[in-house]
Amino acid sequence: MNSRYRGLLRSLRPWRNLICLALLPAATAAVAQVPQPITRAEDLLVTSNAPGKYGGRIAVALRAEPKSLNPVTSLDQPSREVIGRMMADLLHINAVSQQAESALAKSWRVSKDGLLYTLTLRRGLRFSDGQPMNADDVLFTFQVLLDEKINSPQRDLLTIGGKPISVRRVDDVTVVFELARPYAAAERLFDSMEILPRHLLQDSYRQGDLARAWSLTTPPEQIAGMGPFRLKEYVPGQKLVLERNPYYWKVDRNHQRLPYLDELVFLFVPSEDAQVLRFEAGETDVIQRLSADNYSALEKDAASRSFRLFDLGPSLDYNFLLFNLNSSVPKEAADIARHQDWFRNANFRQAVSAGVDRDAIVRLVYHSRGTALWSSVTPANKLWLDASLPHPARSVERAKQLLRDGGFSWNAAGTLVDKSGTPVEFSILTSASSAQRGQMATLIQDDLRQLGMKVQAVPLEFKSMLDRVFQTHNYDTAIMGLGGGDIDPNSQINVWMSNGGSHLWNLGRSTPATDWEAQIDTLMNQQLSTLDYKRRKQLYNRVQEIAAQQLPFIDLASPNVLVGAKERVGNFQPAILDHYTLWNVEQLYIK
Amino acid sequence: MNLNVQLRTGLAVLAVLHLMLLFPGFVAPYDPMEQDRTMSFASPTVVHLRDQNGSWHMRPFIYAVAVNQDGSYTEDTRQKHFFRAFPSGAPYKLFGLFHCTVHLFGVDGGRAILMGTDRYGRDQFSRLIYGGQVSLFAGLLAALLSLFLGAFVGAVSGFYGRWIDDGLMRLAELFLALPWLYLLFAVRAFLPLSVPPASTFFLVVLIIGLVGWVRPARLVRGVVLSAKEQKYVLAARGFGASDLHLLRRHILPHTYSVLLTQATLLVPQFVLAEVTLSFLGLGVAEPIPSWGNMLSSLQQYHVMISYWWMFLPGIALGVLFLNYFTVADALQTKVQSAST
Repeated sequence: MNSRYRGLLRSLRPWRNLICLALLPAATAAVAQVPQPITRAEDLLVTSNAPGKYGGRIAVALRAEPKSLNPVTSLDQPSREVIGRMMADLLHINAVSQQAESALAKSWRVSKDGLLYTLTLRRGLRFSDGQPMNADDVLFTFQVLLDEKINSPQRDLLTIGGKPISVRRVDDVTVVFELARPYAAAERLFDSMEILPRHLLQDSYRQGDLARAWSLTTPPEQIAGMGPFRLKEYVPGQKLVLERNPYYWKVDRNHQRLPYLDELVFLFVPSEDAQVLRFEAGETDVIQRLSADNYSALEKDAASRSFRLFDLGPSLDYNFLLFNLNSSVPKEAADIARHQDWFRNANFRQAVSAGVDRDAIVRLVYHSRGTALWSSVTPANKLWLDASLPHPARSVERAKQLLRDGGFSWNAAGTLVDKSGTPVEFSILTSASSAQRGQMATLIQDDLRQLGMKVQAVPLEFKSMLDRVFQTHNYDTAIMGLGGGDIDPNSQINVWMSNGGSHLWNLGRSTPATDWEAQIDTLMNQQLSTLDYKRRKQLYNRVQEIAAQQLPFIDLASPNVLVGAKERVGNFQPAILDHYTLWNVEQLYIK
Repeated sequence: MNLNVQLRTGLAVLAVLHLMLLFPGFVAPYDPMEQDRTMSFASPTVVHLRDQNGSWHMRPFIYAVAVNQDGSYTEDTRQKHFFRAFPSGAPYKLFGLFHCTVHLFGVDGGRAILMGTDRYGRDQFSRLIYGGQVSLFAGLLAALLSLFLGAFVGAVSGFYGRWIDDGLMRLAELFLALPWLYLLFAVRAFLPLSVPPASTFFLVVLIIGLVGWVRPARLVRGVVLSAKEQKYVLAARGFGASDLHLLRRHILPHTYSVLLTQATLLVPQFVLAEVTLSFLGLGVAEPIPSWGNMLSSLQQYHVMISYWWMFLPGIALGVLFLNYFTVADALQTKVQSAST
């Protein structure tokens, strides 16, 4: 028997070396977890945070599973949250200072006419798989983003004055971007334009299936980015685990290569209430987008369960009542076309605005952790808010006067009727998944009842509501929210321009429907090519004034940014720009 | 417990409950839709007989409520409000016809929030009464509808037999297998956006009633099957009585006891169906209260752990169910003992 085994071993001997070779990659993969030593050739960014220590992991909850990990085509919030930790951009808007600052590009230079942007990349950069990154990757990235066939959402942003930005390589670390006409704050455009690894994506781009590349089931070694973390593991229906990018390009002032954390875990937790319970139970370390309700529920336990809550004040999100002013409504919805006669009446919209009790919304819906709004620019945006806009208090009297001016009257039963004697009745759509907007609808319903209007609140499933607003235009009014990813007016250009994709009250038009919309278009175009801040501010103030007068949206309230983190999370510094809590994830550590 | 006592107490409690819900405007002190935005989630006011100086009063009273800086509420002991019977208050319509302002009780000056308020400062007690009316009437109407349908289908099926019986019973099985909650979701999706509350109410009743007729139909069919073989039925047939006469005069009376016990079982079941629908946002919509949409605020974690009085509609449901089942149980026993 013994001899038989010996014979077997002997026969295996020639293979022994091969077996060792096969084991080698596995061994290096385990080693690669450790941050790579810093070399002279690297041009690293030194952060100013307090130095932390290595190790540990942070778990956060995601509202849904990401749909893909493709930085070019994915749009959904969960995907963006994950991809944002795996990828990096040339220039980045600092969430705290709200200014553009250097990232993968060490510096940038603008020509006097504002048309040429010269970006100098850091030297010695490497992707999370260890491959070098240089100007070729930048060129490849913008080639992809500007490709009409790919149809990436970023393409619109990069088309300026009707022409796409042109990109030129000067040398390995220098790239020149040329704009067709001056564009205000163009350096902010580079934020979130994530640099793609040419060596991994070139083939699929040539074959024309880049849009489908990098799904959740793609093996981790085929995905690489310049962000602080890289993909480690995806467990369907449960979690997605990221691990440290050992080649990351930031160091702290003690020359420790960031990030400090070994792992970043995203757990899929479908509802906000469930996320709160998980956080309270200690299963997640950081929570963001808390509702005011849940904030006060958690507040009681903060000390005993050793976590801290932060109220960062007003956010850039604004909630508003939207009137359907669309030129095209479906034929079968004849009643909506009739209601539009009221909605198109500026007096009517102003009366609704005067009749809405915004303070009650802030008090009852946000427990006073919010701000009443009279403009889509929230107080969080100090740089661009038109502070001179009036904040008229709620007045039923003024509202009634406005209705009278608009040709409305009241019948014997106190019901508001229009000129033809038709009672004013309409519905407000809300998303069933947003308890807050449903509550706003209940309050507005009662406010408008006092003006003699009969209003019904209709909660709909989120997708069918979006379908009505964006596709069929089959609705009267809706309560919705929009967020600002950025403070710059250009980030709202899709909302203001008549041909914009988020010009919610009248979608799908190529020309403005009214004089005031034409005016806003002109002003927005002017500010777009004005480089001087003061002049731009004047133009944007004018836009806000026209909007406050015409009220295509009736702005209601903005919630405060409410977040929480365990006390053991070091360097936690939440900000009001997205991502509120993980924007500096590379600096976070476990105390 | 003695069967008769059981039956009587159950019936008595049910009678009181139904009377309260029949005259909601009279029993409820306030308009259930009236918001008081300064009193969001105020806790129930305590009813006193003895004031803070220690002296007793003949009439119960409450103290005025003061709002603290942090949004919590305390009693303002400087102001007393005495209870009073049959005061004149918020206008309402008796049976939806007669204008009335007289209520069962009220307080002089202040506002007695016996069961606290909800987010919008609406009186939870008044909403409970009005909401009960909606939920209970939905249950009663739906039960009536399904009993009527069930009796009709069961009688026809049992009396005529053969292919009619086969066809109707297969149809019944089909209905039994329907995932009715999903059916309701589908029906709601096809409706226009703004359905007036009254239409929603009748729609809900219609759907619940249409789905629920199968069980009574099967039971009635069984009774009819055995009754139609009775000798006096055969004799009546021999004398040339028409089908209608036979059914009306000799057969259906046998089914009354079955229908009665079924009714006491179906009503709570259908009330629960209405509550479920409104809880999920498919039934009666804000601002009109129903026990279901009142309970739906408990879907929010914060409300659930902070304001216990938001559970009260659930407790009311429990009381209602318990008494209906008590009565059903007693009736069933009575019927069984009578037939043996």
